[in-house]
Amino acid sequence: MGVEKNVLVTSLDWIVNWSRKNSLFPVTFGLACCALEMMVASSAEYDIARFGAEVFRPSPRQSDLMIVAGTLTKKMAPIVRRIYEQMPNPKWVIAYGACASSGGIFKSYSVVQGVDQIIPVDVYIPGCPPRPEALLKGIIELQKKIQKETIKDRPLISLPGKKSA
Amino acid sequence: MSDNSEFLKILSGKLSGVKIVPTPPGEPSAMVERDSIHEALDHLKYDRDLSFNMLVDLFAVDYMGEEPRFEVIYILRSTKHNGRIVVKTRTGDEGLDTISDLWQAANFLEREIYDMFGLPFTNHPDLRRIYTPDDFVGHPLRKEFPLEGEDFDKPFVVDLEKE
Repeated sequence: MGVEKNVLVTSLDWIVNWSRKNSLFPVTFGLACCALEMMVASSAEYDIARFGAEVFRPSPRQSDLMIVAGTLTKKMAPIVRRIYEQMPNPKWVIAYGACASSGGIFKSYSVVQGVDQIIPVDVYIPGCPPRPEALLKGIIELQKKIQKETIKDRPLISLPGKKSA
Repeated sequence: MSDNSEFLKILSGKLSGVKIVPTPPGEPSAMVERDSIHEALDHLKYDRDLSFNMLVDLFAVDYMGEEPRFEVIYILRSTKHNGRIVVKTRTGDEGLDTISDLWQAANFLEREIYDMFGLPFTNHPDLRRIYTPDDFVGHPLRKEFPLEGEDFDKPFVVDLEKE
């Protein structure tokens, strides 16, 4: 048993989690009609900026959060996986909508039956499509989840290529 | 020329084996033999009395159990004479001649038919799948293809190394 498993880091955890959860930068990424609702969530009406998530980063290398909004086809699946791998740690995933969560109405040869088959998902948001309020609720739930994490699982510094949680 | 069926009478006068088939009003249709489809469409495009210079759509239907099994349908429009006709032909798994040398639009449409029905088009410049992944097995719009695909109950695996 190494030293790193025996050191208490609760106060440091709290401040790291607090800063992480209040600056969730999503990657600009939409697959289908759910993406339109996701875009509306960043408008002044719903104002996703209240959660520090107002900048949809154009590059996955500057992002913390992937909102998979829409139907994931099998042809698109390798590209989604690649974007996820390009994001630096720590990173989180929201499956936004019925298709991203389970395949939705598309019980078909061409559609992946849920993005959790190819990438790990933190929060599932049901709906077809979910309203922007549902996305805000999902982000709040994700913030609660992040607040309970510890930097032992998600290190402060992670180098590219190094696997972490 | 308001009655579009005039065009088919001109075509059948110039080419044998053209059969005018019953259709809804305003959509005159002709059934053409499989082997003469390229010749018929060539006439329809370049004959001065016809001048069907635009390929609106090209698609196929699977009549499983009938012989020949597939019906391929061409919808043409003449911007010169303001006409619109439908040309049909029947074929089996052996496929058809390409018409992408007549209309460039046919290139992608024939790739779509090849992808969905598995009908090959001879002399096509770039006959690949267009919708499904390159390593996809089967042709989804064939009647015997299961809607959910072959490996529906297995987890979907992404292999980035293979890309």
